[in-house]
Amino acid sequence: MRGCVRRSSTMLAAAVAIAAALPVVAAPQRVVSMNLCSDQLAMMLAAPGQLLSVSSLAQDPRLSPMADEAAAYVPNSGRAEEIYLMRPDLVIAGTYTPPATLSMLRRLGIRVETPPPAEDFDAIRTEITRMGRLLGREEGARDLLARFDADLAAATRPADRGRAALYSANGYTSGTKTLAGAILEAAGYDNIAADYGIAVTAGLPLELLVMARPDRLVTGTNWPGQSRSEAILSHPALAAAAPVKTRVRDLFWTCGTPLVTRAIRSLE
Amino acid sequence: MKALFIALSLLVAVLFATSLLTGPAGLPVVQSLLDLVFGGDGPVPIVMREIRLPRAILGLAVGAGLGLTGAALQGYLRNPLAEPGLLGISGMAAFGAVLAIQTGLSLVAVLALPLAALLGAAAGVGLLVVLAGPRGGSVTLILAGVAISALAGAGTALVLNLSPNPYAANEIIFWLMGSLADRSMLHVWLALPPMILGAGLILSTQRALDALTLGEAAAQALGLAGPSLRWRLVAGTALIVGPATAVAGAIGFVGLVVPHVLRPWIGARPSVLLPASALGGAALLLAADIGVRLIVPDRDLKLGVLTAIVGAPLFLHLIWRTRSGGRV
Amino acid sequence: MVIDLAGLSVTRRKRPVLHGVTLSIGKGEFVGLIGPNGAGKSSLMEAMLGLIPFTGRSSLAQMTPADRARHAAYLPQAREIAWPVSVEDLVALGRIPWPGGRRSGADRAAIDAAIARMGLEPFRKRTALRLSGGEQNRALIARALAQDTPLLIADEPIAGLDPAQQLACLRLFRDLAVEGRTVLASIHDLGLAARFCSRLVLLSGGHVLADGPAAEVLQDTLLRRAFGIGVRRVETPDGPAILPV
Repeated sequence: MRGCVRRSSTMLAAAVAIAAALPVVAAPQRVVSMNLCSDQLAMMLAAPGQLLSVSSLAQDPRLSPMADEAAAYVPNSGRAEEIYLMRPDLVIAGTYTPPATLSMLRRLGIRVETPPPAEDFDAIRTEITRMGRLLGREEGARDLLARFDADLAAATRPADRGRAALYSANGYTSGTKTLAGAILEAAGYDNIAADYGIAVTAGLPLELLVMARPDRLVTGTNWPGQSRSEAILSHPALAAAAPVKTRVRDLFWTCGTPLVTRAIRSLE
Repeated sequence: MKALFIALSLLVAVLFATSLLTGPAGLPVVQSLLDLVFGGDGPVPIVMREIRLPRAILGLAVGAGLGLTGAALQGYLRNPLAEPGLLGISGMAAFGAVLAIQTGLSLVAVLALPLAALLGAAAGVGLLVVLAGPRGGSVTLILAGVAISALAGAGTALVLNLSPNPYAANEIIFWLMGSLADRSMLHVWLALPPMILGAGLILSTQRALDALTLGEAAAQALGLAGPSLRWRLVAGTALIVGPATAVAGAIGFVGLVVPHVLRPWIGARPSVLLPASALGGAALLLAADIGVRLIVPDRDLKLGVLTAIVGAPLFLHLIWRTRSGGRV
Repeated sequence: MVIDLAGLSVTRRKRPVLHGVTLSIGKGEFVGLIGPNGAGKSSLMEAMLGLIPFTGRSSLAQMTPADRARHAAYLPQAREIAWPVSVEDLVALGRIPWPGGRRSGADRAAIDAAIARMGLEPFRKRTALRLSGGEQNRALIARALAQDTPLLIADEPIAGLDPAQQLACLRLFRDLAVEGRTVLASIHDLGLAARFCSRLVLLSGGHVLADGPAAEVLQDTLLRRAFGIGVRRVETPDGPAILPV
């Protein structure tokens, strides 16, 4: 028994070594994506039949702007076992995928790529190109990139619309170096997070938000089932803090994909 | 004794004002107090009236309520280890509140939240009084408290984990440790009226608690330890601990530490200990709430962390004293 | 009558404890309640005060709890002092049934009189829990005296006391009776009971076996039936001494 395992792992190691030594000649034919954001880019770029499975989150209409498209794929819940059984030749995960799962898949000889989340528009361009290269669909990626640049140029507004605050559950705000911050900036707003030197996503006490006197407050829609974390979004002080309040932070704000232009437009 | 009450009242007043003046915005003292009273334009009145005022009022009320119920439970059970947090009454209240929130009842009727917490607290204190009775010893009391706490904690965790809301599961810590961050005047109006009613009921037991110093039979013979005492105590505790937990989470040890510290100062009389513990509890919780804002200003450190750091060693000390047969 | 019981029966945990006890005690009597352990002495006291459920009639239990507390003071067998209160505060608990909340002149006078009578003046400000057992007992009796009731019911008041304290306690009860109050106390020491009480009630198996002056109650046959032992009566200049044999 033990010998058998050892032999198979030896063979596996050999196979991996050979695969690594050979140049990548053909595009992967059995691709599994296990991250909500890579799911969307993969669905936009993959050739018919090339993408086998997307994460189950991609099929959730509350989270995914492409839930309808995702319904055509096999959902996966991100466990190494189920993904291995799909016999993929490329797995696209995220940087937040549990490392144990990733190393398990790699030990099993599967090629695993973990593109980082895109936190600004340049990064989205990079990720479109990267996804095109991974799938062997460079041409499709160039088209998508061109469309995105055009959309973005059309959606971007000059920076004279005043000050806005992003606020979400547990009193978190998004700074200038986040995707949400970039969306806000593209829509023509100054982010009040900059007043307090917040560049990333960080907690901002309610009273500091009120003291910043934003012209517009941008929050998200609440999840079903209540939570105390979201209760801060209905605090009376928040209602009094800004003249305009919009609850538009939703699925278009989550991932760095060409769909962020919809998020920019939602602030019109 | 009068001097003690004056000192405690002054302490509470100073801490209340300090609580109003503590916050990340670092507002000017005079201006912020003027804006609090007279209002005005700009963000300062909003910060003072909508954010800091409810927090300070709740700190005062929840602390006073916990101190009062701690002293009353100790007097009734004649045991210095009794306390709503440790005995699982707060935990049961939190369980009730979580049920009201996750079933959506609190969206249908805003009063459902304090009411459900109140029912939870009533179930907890009722169970406790039946299990550990006025005749129950320390061991029965603590074991009953452990069992009720465990049950309530498990129920709370289960309900929050079953919630469709992704934030709910992380809120177990709030319900177990308590916090006053970002509460609004709505929470004050939800919690305060039942708490005042409960305080009235508890304060009506003063003479009976004094009589219980002589034991249950003697108190009964003095005409004071009938079923109505038990009823008033259970209802009063539930009316205070339920709504307090619904808006601030379960905060332990306040009701244990405060009566213990104040008892020698007021000659150990349970009737005098009640108002003294209410003042002491208010001071302790206001101080703890100022503390959490000063220690880690940008994070929501839970109140129960500070009260446990003060209270748990004292609790161990009390158990040690009980174990070695000494009177506390 | 200060106490008037008729057909009083008590059942505890489905076990009958008292069977139809009928008893009347008048003003100025010091009645000793004697009987073996488990005879129902404590149950009789609690039932006549209405502290436990019973059938039959008790004049005390018919009163409202507040009226009863101004009529009868009760010293339970367990001498409990739950909190480290001062002797003065402990004695003041006896004033709870009276209006005034220990502030009125009557309250102050009653508290001072009780403290003086029990010789507790030096201990007045001391913490009751730090006193010796005998001193604590005196403080608790002072509490009952401060209640200023025509009737005192005491459950084994001299148990655990040294001989001098026992004598002092019973002497006090006899004096109270002489002053016109009524005392009912359960006592295990038959000799002391015979010496100090104006009347003895022998309880056995939930029945009143005998009721009357000491000489009538402490008969060999009755005692043998109640306790299962004989006694030897030795007349001394200070009264009869009774030795169980």
